[in-house]
Amino acid sequence: MRTRGVVAGLAVAAAAALVAPALSAYPLTLLTQAAIVAVLAMSLDVLLGYTGLASLGHAAYFGVAAYAVGILTTEYRRGFVVCLLVGVAAAALTAALFGLLAIRATGTYFLMITLALGMVVWGLAFRWVSLTKGDNGIAGVPRPDLPLPWNLGAPLPFFYFALTATVLAWALLGLLVRSPFGMTLLGVRESESRMRALGYNVWLHKYLAFVISGAFAGFAGVFWAYYNGFVSPIDVQLVTSVETLLMVALGGPGTLAGPALGATMIVFLKNFVSVYTKRWLLILGAVYIGVILFAPRGVLGAFRR
Amino acid sequence: MTSRCRALAAVLVLPVVAALAAPTAPAAQGGPIRIGFLAPLTGPFAQIGKDMVSGTELFLDEIGRQVAGRKLELIVEDTEGTPATALTKSRKLVEQDRVHLLTGGLLANVGYALQPFIDGAGIPTTYPVIAADDITQRKPARWIVRTGWTTSQPMHPFGDWVLKNTKYRKIATIGMDYAFGYETVGGFQRVFEEGGGQIVQKIWTPLNTNDFAPFIAQIKRDADAVLALFVGRLALQFVKQYEEAGLHGKLPLLGGGTTTDESVLPQMGDEALGTLTALHYSQALDTPQNVRFARAFEARAGKIPSYYGEATYTNMRWITEAIRAVGGKVEERAPLLAALRKVEIKDTARGPLSVDAHGNPVQNIYIRRVERVGGRLQNTVIATYPGVSQFWKDRAEDYLKQPLYGRDVPPCRSC
Repeated sequence: MRTRGVVAGLAVAAAAALVAPALSAYPLTLLTQAAIVAVLAMSLDVLLGYTGLASLGHAAYFGVAAYAVGILTTEYRRGFVVCLLVGVAAAALTAALFGLLAIRATGTYFLMITLALGMVVWGLAFRWVSLTKGDNGIAGVPRPDLPLPWNLGAPLPFFYFALTATVLAWALLGLLVRSPFGMTLLGVRESESRMRALGYNVWLHKYLAFVISGAFAGFAGVFWAYYNGFVSPIDVQLVTSVETLLMVALGGPGTLAGPALGATMIVFLKNFVSVYTKRWLLILGAVYIGVILFAPRGVLGAFRR
Repeated sequence: MTSRCRALAAVLVLPVVAALAAPTAPAAQGGPIRIGFLAPLTGPFAQIGKDMVSGTELFLDEIGRQVAGRKLELIVEDTEGTPATALTKSRKLVEQDRVHLLTGGLLANVGYALQPFIDGAGIPTTYPVIAADDITQRKPARWIVRTGWTTSQPMHPFGDWVLKNTKYRKIATIGMDYAFGYETVGGFQRVFEEGGGQIVQKIWTPLNTNDFAPFIAQIKRDADAVLALFVGRLALQFVKQYEEAGLHGKLPLLGGGTTTDESVLPQMGDEALGTLTALHYSQALDTPQNVRFARAFEARAGKIPSYYGEATYTNMRWITEAIRAVGGKVEERAPLLAALRKVEIKDTARGPLSVDAHGNPVQNIYIRRVERVGGRLQNTVIATYPGVSQFWKDRAEDYLKQPLYGRDVPPCRSC
């Protein structure tokens, strides 16, 4: 089962890589977008699927990293490596701080605290104009300047770049959830009180999962900023958090590959259906309802039954 | 795995496959001229997005969707009012539909976000509505021509007019806490204070304000007048609550153009009467061209035109003038861009238009007063400043040395 999943995942990534050169620029940018958002969805899955914590503030860590890249590249002309490190560190630090406040709560209360904390970051992005340029956002983030033989400004090399990052994130998260630490998280999800009785430090495990999840959301945020060339408060707002949560729910929480699939589907559904009808939100809504009715454990969850 | 799951999976994977396989439009010469149009058609700005599409479609219908012997094809895409979506849709329009021209957009953040992409792709683009000052000032984009306005453009003459035609010398301002608010209030403040007036208070309200009472209570009652800048729902609510606070008629209300724009005016009541604002358009502008346009727009859209409708109507006229100037050869992008930057039209619905070296229109600015005529509220034009530049009376170089208007720029010396 495990190896089968890994093989399937790698096969999908390889197929995408093989198809890519044959695609025109626009579908390629959609695939790139899907690859990056997939990392965000997978990072949230660590919390939602494996630890049982539904966070409504995940865009915060994503956005903090994106802003770090935006500011470092446009104001200080820093290179990719610095931006990546600072971006992920900033996201992890934010998560470490917010985790202290949020982890004690469970269920709806956890949802509400993460929502509030997410709004704090949005407020900062919006109001701290001297740093974030407020509502106008930071434009003009250049593509990464790595000493590679390919020009990352072109759609195809950048897609491979993003895909590599996605596979890397998937592998790291896969190792994490299969490690003893990951097993403990599953235990916490199933029954906190039993895990506590067995002598596990439940709070610490949840806290670490929260920080790691935030760091990976930041990893996605770094690539997002480079992909769009632009960062704005919309990247950190509630809608982004909710959409991420829906991607995880759609794909199948607790499967890692599921949320990645969910992210891909939503990116394409949004951009494809909207070409044909202004009422595309209706269709998206119908899809959500369909999934909840017919596959409550998500698309991949349904396959794994 | 049940068959139900398989069916579900198939349904969900379908769009991915279909989008990947979608054909790219041919680049052949002589086919239709394709114009990509971006507007927020879903989300909180959907109503304005509709007005923008109506104005555009109205003009296209009037010319039979044909110019310089070639068919015009309009491809409308929904931005949802967010920069990232606008960027994705622009990529689609340019890379897949291979449009010859890009136009549209509503919010400043969308305008700024698209700039690097547009300049990178080298696609001739017009902004009919996006008004953020710096797009044609300190951060100009080579491939973007503005057919609309800059935020501070109407406010400079308004400051001048208030000094010369009223006794108001001490004015308090209240506005939405973002760039559009800063640039509106800043433009007014600069000219008003240079001429000897005083801004005695500046209040900024969050964009999601639900109750203005606490802010209205702070307004200094010894001011001579209040300058308010709001958009959409907030404009409706502010003007209403201003009256409820007993200030209507006691503390005269001035405003940026959107405070009483025709997109909100029909929903207002007597509380709006007497409000003075400035903008480059008024639906009540009494010229034959505008009367004809306003009638045609109302017949088509079922409501009176707001400046958004006029902006996109005239924008499309501007574009077709440029296409005509290059003889329909839209495939040659540099000459098309040059033509867009040279357009001069004497008789648009909003008056004569030309374009300055920085790509912004030089146009009339109208000082307007809300009056009730024939049972409806309208922005009656009471004064006209002809041929106003985005740089007011300065030379461009001097103007651009000043910092961009901001929350505390110019600073409030008399607060």
